[in-house]
Amino acid sequence: MSSLRSITLATLTKDIRLEWRSKDAINSMLFFSLLVVVIFSFSFDPNAEESRQIAGGLIWVAFLFAAVVALNQTWARELRNQVLDAYRVSPAPANALFMAKVLGNFILVSLLEALMAPLFMIFYNLRALGPAWQLIPVALLGTWALVVNGTFFAAMSLRTRSREIMLPLLLFPISIPAVQSMVEATRIILTGDGAARFWIVLLLTYDVVFTTACLALFETVLQAE
Amino acid sequence: MKKAFPILTVLTALLLAYAFYEAIWIAPMERTMGDVQRIFYYHVPSAWTAFLLFFVNLVASVIYLVRTNARADAVAVVSAEVGVVFCTVVLVTGPIWARPVWGIWWTWDIRLTTTLVLWLIYVSYLVLRRFSDSSQTPKLAAVLAIFGALDVPLVYFSIWFFRTQHPQPVIGGGGSIDPRMLHVLLINWLAFSCLALLIGWARYRLEWLQREVEEAQALESLLGDHGSSPPAASAKHPLDKSHGTVGSQ
Repeated sequence: MSSLRSITLATLTKDIRLEWRSKDAINSMLFFSLLVVVIFSFSFDPNAEESRQIAGGLIWVAFLFAAVVALNQTWARELRNQVLDAYRVSPAPANALFMAKVLGNFILVSLLEALMAPLFMIFYNLRALGPAWQLIPVALLGTWALVVNGTFFAAMSLRTRSREIMLPLLLFPISIPAVQSMVEATRIILTGDGAARFWIVLLLTYDVVFTTACLALFETVLQAE
Repeated sequence: MKKAFPILTVLTALLLAYAFYEAIWIAPMERTMGDVQRIFYYHVPSAWTAFLLFFVNLVASVIYLVRTNARADAVAVVSAEVGVVFCTVVLVTGPIWARPVWGIWWTWDIRLTTTLVLWLIYVSYLVLRRFSDSSQTPKLAAVLAIFGALDVPLVYFSIWFFRTQHPQPVIGGGGSIDPRMLHVLLINWLAFSCLALLIGWARYRLEWLQREVEEAQALESLLGDHGSSPPAASAKHPLDKSHGTVGSQ
């Protein structure tokens, strides 16, 4: 157990340090989601009263697309210099590597959301009419849902041709219930129309089910070569 | 086994002809919907067959992951492909029926949406198989099939709650059905299952032959490169080594 934690921590710090020095992923994600926000505000009138209704969808679609940018880079780094092959033959547990990657992406996407959410609020003139604190569990659980499956499918699409295209093709169909829960919960909180509890529970269920499945099957995917 | 194939072909043709006759001429006319309702005899059996095939795909995928059996993988490919075809039939015949009856082509009803998401998941499964060219494709595809199976109940739940929150025109669930209609429906389902089995069987043989050809070609190029005597292992059936060494490495 302690080796699992120390390997996870070591890989995580390495990834964060690399990201801190290059800032490749976070910069491209930030700019990408900024572009999405601007394009959305041309497509849908942000001043309309209905913007509160659709804002949840817009926010999460923007984050979903931006997250794919980061997720695609997750494993590409390890392919250079055959790091992944080295990892495969080492006795380190596969799940430690997986957890490190998931946590790294989670931190990255959460940071993106923390930076972009205020901008959304300003552009769309939003103010939560429901309990605003519930947005935090929705954001955390939703981000985890995207990132845990995204990291897993990114590892799967490593073995395919045109892997950058492959990741969204695999990730989006599976993520439909999670995206729907995030969007609905956000919409309910923003409009103050009903209770978001069901959606938060559904998100939690989604997270538990797929985190378990990922941890159970990651070794198979990592060794598949 | 090879003799059974033409028998099944004839049986399927007869069953389909009989089921068609029953559905068009024998089944009673539905009182409010009229003849449009007869698409029901194609829509529902296709849906049942598609779901059955997706279930077969899941079972075959799990068997493949546990045993690494190449035959289980071939069954998984075939059931996913044929399942997507039948699911497409469902998604096409549904709107054709819905337009005159509901007045709309599509509604985000629980069954429609779940079927659509299932179709999307299995299309992504087939895309993965097409795009991945390593020898480990079966393993990755099997993992994806398990993820898809885990996803379906969550989709169902989310739409169920979504739609109970926002009332919509919903299909009259739980209505009773005329026993004669049920009879025709079951005959059609039997015919469609036979058709699925027939297509699946043909596709399975094709898949297997293709793998044998690929294996033989790989072996040939290997022997051609080295010019040495064939290895002893080639005497056995190359695919029975149960190690996913299918295709070019």
